[in-house]
Amino acid sequence: MKQKYGMTILLICLGLLHLAVFAAGFLSPYDVAEQDRELPFAPPTRIHFVDARGALHLRPSVCLLVEDSAQFGAYHEDTQKCFPIRFFVDGPQYKLGAVLACTRHLFGVDPPARLFLMGTDGYGRDLFSRFLHGGQISLAAGLLATLLSLGIGVLLGTASGFFGGWLDAVVMRFGELFIALPWLYLLFALRAFLPLNINPSQAFLLLIAVIGSVGWARPARLIRGVVLSGKERHYVLAARSFGGSPLYLVRRHILPQTYSIILTQAVLLIPQYILAEVTLSFLGLGVGEPEPSWGNMLASVQQYHVLVSYWWMLLPGIALVPVFLGYVLLANTLQARAT
Amino acid sequence: MRYLGLRLLQSVFVLLGVSLLSFVFVELAPGNFFDEIRLNPRISSSTVTNLRKQYGMDQPLPARYFRWLESAAKGELGFSFAYNAPVGPLLWARARNTLLLTGSATLLAWLIALPLGILSAARPRGWINQASELFTTALLAVPDLLLALGLLFLAVHFHWFHAGGMFSRESAEQGSWVLSKDLAAHMVLPVTVLVLGSLPILLRHTRAAMLEVLDSPYVRASRALGISRGRILFRHALPAAINPLVSLFGFSLGSLLSASLLTEVVMSWPGLGPLLLEAVLARDIYVVIGAVLFSTLLLVFGTLLADVLLFAADPRIRTEGLA
Repeated sequence: MKQKYGMTILLICLGLLHLAVFAAGFLSPYDVAEQDRELPFAPPTRIHFVDARGALHLRPSVCLLVEDSAQFGAYHEDTQKCFPIRFFVDGPQYKLGAVLACTRHLFGVDPPARLFLMGTDGYGRDLFSRFLHGGQISLAAGLLATLLSLGIGVLLGTASGFFGGWLDAVVMRFGELFIALPWLYLLFALRAFLPLNINPSQAFLLLIAVIGSVGWARPARLIRGVVLSGKERHYVLAARSFGGSPLYLVRRHILPQTYSIILTQAVLLIPQYILAEVTLSFLGLGVGEPEPSWGNMLASVQQYHVLVSYWWMLLPGIALVPVFLGYVLLANTLQARAT
Repeated sequence: MRYLGLRLLQSVFVLLGVSLLSFVFVELAPGNFFDEIRLNPRISSSTVTNLRKQYGMDQPLPARYFRWLESAAKGELGFSFAYNAPVGPLLWARARNTLLLTGSATLLAWLIALPLGILSAARPRGWINQASELFTTALLAVPDLLLALGLLFLAVHFHWFHAGGMFSRESAEQGSWVLSKDLAAHMVLPVTVLVLGSLPILLRHTRAAMLEVLDSPYVRASRALGISRGRILFRHALPAAINPLVSLFGFSLGSLLSASLLTEVVMSWPGLGPLLLEAVLARDIYVVIGAVLFSTLLLVFGTLLADVLLFAADPRIRTEGLA
């Protein structure tokens, strides 16, 4: 009973995370490409509930950020010029779900004040907006690559389990090659043989193809195992003796037996593949600028001085932890249920 | 022994398969090293053609593959375009550093995971188990990349250890003792990342394997006979639980190598990782193929080693082998 409850909470949390990324345009105050050349590497904006005179306000406000004249690249707040945070404001146009054009944002602040929840990068772009939008690419890459992997896995796994013989031998030996390699090396190798200088949308599709085609072998093996035992079940044998075609048998009687394995594998693969996208984009082999992705947002941290001087550049990475935690806990619960 | 010979043969086939697959991929892929240098206006197209001929890239795929096999037999593994040198020695110098890193990380991770896993299994309701459960879940949720970046940040911020590289510049001329101390200081960060990254899986499997054995009737019987707790744990339960762990040792090398690749790049450790990344960016295909093969070799060697260990550790398999 208690476990069921936990599972529901977990699913709701994960759902909300994905929803937040889906509605990135609405939740983020700025456009991903909008640069503020006056405020490169600005720290996260402080939100005040108490104004300069010490009075408490229910409506939070932010103060204007001014560059220090004494020290290059440092900022201080002008506490005399504070602007309230407003909700449901009009702002830059975005497309909700890539279709619906909107201008309404959840929150914002009147110019000239700026609200950077996670600070800005070297071009003065809002990291929070970029993080939410970057999630669209990273999550979509993870989900679609998982779909591709499982698709190949189910197809080859059922085929080799059901028909057996030489097909089984070929598929399984081929799969062993994929399992024998460390995944990141394999990913690198596949990426190495593909063109480097391509636009972000091509890179996105390429990434899904590469990541998805690396991990099919393990699900295929597991599904093959289930199919092997599943096709000997009495009701399957009975259906076969009534003249059921292979396609019918697989679709109606054998595949349903593999659903729980497919589900568990999906939950295990999704975070792995999100991480694969993050890793490749981090190393400059994935989706490139100016399009944000969780990986390429961290890429600038590879420079020492950025890592040392601007700690908030790590925030997009730290914000990944809840996503992974959600999937890890979900996988744990699913596996605990299975045993 | 026959079993081992069979496994050895199988490994050779895996390596051959991986190399053949790589070559086919290269053939299918658009663009190559020479396309990249053709972009350079100072290099004429006849130079590029000559270079292609010199490296044998104008020959058909089977011919190239056999040439490569020939050079692989000599330990050269093809020729790097970017370094203008045979790939083999190039890889070996880097692979030593990677091996140093992964070897110490594996040792350390198992040294931590085994006792901790055994203790958590011995007292499922104890605080050690609860704490290690929390710890593993938290670690599983933190990706290796973030672990490396975070540790690097902390190290640089608080001036803890030497962050980045393998040796300090000053220690190069001094004696071997100073040199090895310097190396150890540089290894702390990357090894920590690798250990923390591989620990959760090892810990979980150790605990699960021990729990399964501790639940069996013969352990209950030995407890009823009055055998002490420690003797049951280490003399009776551990040898029986070691079997899946030894196999895990072989498999975990793969993920360790992947984690090591990333850590090396982030911490600028001169291992296979940075070399491979450079080669990918320069489309230096023989280096890429060589590095991938090398990692496969390490992995295959790891599983073979695991098999030998299994043979030594598990009497059930030994008798099976004799029969």
